[in-house]
Amino acid sequence: MADKIVLEIARYSPEQDYEPHFENFEVPVYKEWVVLDALNHVKDMVDGTLTYRWSCRMGICGSCGMMINGEPKLACATFLSSYARNGNKIRVEPLRYFPVVRDLVTELSDFLVKLKKVKPWLVRKEEPPLAQGEFLQTPEQVDRYKQFSMCINCTLCYAACPVVGLDPVFVGPAAIALAQRYNMDSRDQGAEERTAVLAHPDGIWGCTFVGECTRVCPKHVDPAGAIQQYKIAAVLDWLKSFVMPRGRETQNARSESGND
Amino acid sequence: MPAVNQETTKGVTSYTPFHPRWYRPHVSVYWWLGEWHYLKFILRELSSVFVAVFVIETLFLLRALRHSPEAYAHFQQCMGNPLLIGLNIVSLFFVVFHTITWFNLAPSAMPVRVRGKRLPEVLVAAPSYVAWAVVSGFVCWLVLR
Repeated sequence: MADKIVLEIARYSPEQDYEPHFENFEVPVYKEWVVLDALNHVKDMVDGTLTYRWSCRMGICGSCGMMINGEPKLACATFLSSYARNGNKIRVEPLRYFPVVRDLVTELSDFLVKLKKVKPWLVRKEEPPLAQGEFLQTPEQVDRYKQFSMCINCTLCYAACPVVGLDPVFVGPAAIALAQRYNMDSRDQGAEERTAVLAHPDGIWGCTFVGECTRVCPKHVDPAGAIQQYKIAAVLDWLKSFVMPRGRETQNARSESGND
Repeated sequence: MPAVNQETTKGVTSYTPFHPRWYRPHVSVYWWLGEWHYLKFILRELSSVFVAVFVIETLFLLRALRHSPEAYAHFQQCMGNPLLIGLNIVSLFFVVFHTITWFNLAPSAMPVRVRGKRLPEVLVAAPSYVAWAVVSGFVCWLVLR
């Protein structure tokens, strides 16, 4: 007989509730079960109206981010057995600082709009002919942006960042880290286009370096590091504009980072 | 998904119009009291005030030294006030806290690469600690010799 643990799940039905309330569900604790398995158990066996997002159940899609005992975590990567001691409860809530649509489902379109603003794709000023072949990169050039490219858009970093909660227009950790991922890419030429969004009070200068985004990131992206590195690059760029005010060629964060 | 702009107290955010009844959680003024990580951040920010206290005291010390031996003796007498001693003990704690937290954060902001490989964070932070120890040792030697 498996041990049992109580899931305290935040429930919110927009048609019936003014604010969320908690409902308790007892679930079995198997060694290999994660919180997502427990939620699926509740939905399949106890209450089919429980609403939450999930897809890959292996830490790739970034859909099942939620607050687990007050910490932003992926439900598919959080084992029940970590909490199953001395009759502990597991409190499951929707990601902090996001509007709640229903139960554990949050509204993400604001994040998606911010993400699009930073142009998280390769921007080219001129496209070389196809006959020239693919863009080649050295392992060192890949290493410069690889860490930031691991982001899965799970938005745990937004739920960890108090600036996101206090200042809703802040572009946020993941979007800035992804912008920096392309700024650091030797194939990209769009750093200057991203500067207007990033080197702005709602961009990097909104960040107070709490560092929680980096701590909770399940893919070790280090968004806080990306933001601080961009701050240094932006300041150097600004200083260069004084030293070389005329005939200033494109000076952007990418060139500060040593990429061509 | 199409989005609309919504006015907030600080600016404009974009949300879809298809969910007219979201629950919008309120962020408490005391958000930083709930978690140690947030409290540590606030203490780190607050520590700047105590760094400023030491700077101001040092400026007063230099002013007294420049003025006269009597002024320096008066400065020393003032610094012997139990209230100021208490403030300095608290300031010392916060200045050390300030130094350690910022030294530990520095590698994140300044990745150092050697031969294309990023150095481990501990190797980037270590020179700061070594420099701190050397400067502190020199100041101690200067004062206590």
